[in-house]
Amino acid sequence: MTTSITTNSIALNKNSAKPVIEIKNLYKSFSSNAVLIDFNFSLYPGENVVVLGKSGSGKSVLIKCIIGLMKPDKGSISVLDNEVPQLTSSQLDKLRVKVGFLFQSNALYDSMTVRENLEFPLRRHWFKTSQSEEDTLIIEALSNVGLTNTVDMMPAELSGGMRKRIALARTLILKPEIILYDEPTTGLDPITGKEISNLMNDIKKKYKTSSIIISHDINCVKIVADRIVMLIDGKCYAEGTLDELKNSIDSKVKQFFE
Amino acid sequence: MQSNALYAFFDEIGDITRFTGKFFIELFKSRFELKEFLRQCFYIGNKSFGLVAITAFIMGLVITIQSRPTLVEFGAEAWLPKMVSVSLIREIAPVITALICAGKIGSGIGAELGSMKVTEQIDAMDVSGTNPYKYLVVTRVMATTLMIPVLVTLADAISLYGAYLGANIRGIVSWDLFWSQVFDTIVYSDLFPSILKTYFFGFIIGIIGCYKGFNSKKGTEGVGQSANSAVVISSLLVFVIDLLAVQITDVLNLN
Repeated sequence: MTTSITTNSIALNKNSAKPVIEIKNLYKSFSSNAVLIDFNFSLYPGENVVVLGKSGSGKSVLIKCIIGLMKPDKGSISVLDNEVPQLTSSQLDKLRVKVGFLFQSNALYDSMTVRENLEFPLRRHWFKTSQSEEDTLIIEALSNVGLTNTVDMMPAELSGGMRKRIALARTLILKPEIILYDEPTTGLDPITGKEISNLMNDIKKKYKTSSIIISHDINCVKIVADRIVMLIDGKCYAEGTLDELKNSIDSKVKQFFE
Repeated sequence: MQSNALYAFFDEIGDITRFTGKFFIELFKSRFELKEFLRQCFYIGNKSFGLVAITAFIMGLVITIQSRPTLVEFGAEAWLPKMVSVSLIREIAPVITALICAGKIGSGIGAELGSMKVTEQIDAMDVSGTNPYKYLVVTRVMATTLMIPVLVTLADAISLYGAYLGANIRGIVSWDLFWSQVFDTIVYSDLFPSILKTYFFGFIIGIIGCYKGFNSKKGTEGVGQSANSAVVISSLLVFVIDLLAVQITDVLNLN
């Protein structure tokens, strides 16, 4: 059985704007294990959408398909009017300037300092950036996450929360229109998790980004979610606001909020 | 069970071949990562030199000391510099240096890329608009291909110096006599094939290390397995290439 709860906010967005991400009939399997089956989803401008689901339900696969790290077996993924599965690698590179990705493991380059980690995407995409412009962008990105004093440190010298912030700063440095967060608060203590969640909201307000957040941390969901999509059995099983889903009578939905 | 192992073996050979094919495709695409290539050359060349130098010196010394009694028995002691120099330059220095590099560099590349793979750093590179294959694989394979011949050339020289000292432990061979005998003996047909094959040694060490790292699985355990199998496979392939090189030089009458 599929539950579909349409909120007023979604209805408003659907009437007023074109989705920045639109997924239709997405199908992805690994050998005989299908993780996404006819998945449909839209992300509207300025929205924070949380994708909730059990471990191994295909949440990370979903955002890796959106960013082009994985190819779907079937279906369409349109990101800012670009059909991702059909893009060439150079077209994909151009699109990735506009789409930031925060990895669950932070994925900071171990052998580089914080500055070099932040310089890396800048030098790849903005070839003509001068050193002073680069410095300004790096300091701006670090001040957004409150860590300007770590610029010459190595990732190994930072705490888990600091690493998460630096990874977020690296994601922000190209000023993306869309940010994909893969379990941003996993492995962090509740206080640091709350700080990261608040930071995500600040970023949304400051840069007017639209985001998909993969999470099963209910505290994070409470802070950041404008809308929640429940990924169950490979499908968009239910969607709505936190309150709407909390009050759902469907047992599969309820179990996440108990 | 056996057919599964056989299937896995040929499957891996197919994967390595595809991985190697991709290397040549990416090599000729624009934007060569010069800075990373030079960094790898420094790491592979400079940082391996100490180990290669010590091993080469000991090799030259030991081979000379061990060869001496046999030559003395046949009254051919004067041939010691000739015999040792040919053995070292044609075979021992290139193969031993390649094996040391397979251990140090191959495992290092396998572990580094394996660790980057399991911590999603390779994906992060992709998302940053960098072709990770070009940035990580092409630079490292080019660096091993070009640096191992340099290391082998230096190892040749150092091992010959070790041989000179070895020859003087029990006997007396003057500096001038030793080197004039060495240079009279060594000809281009000794030097050229032995240096040429080291480019292949370097290539195979780089490509296997990168392949194993890039295909690392199962978390930190997988990283260890990648490093280990990079050493085992590249060492084995060094011997296979050496065997082929000997056959080719034999057919071409260069032996």
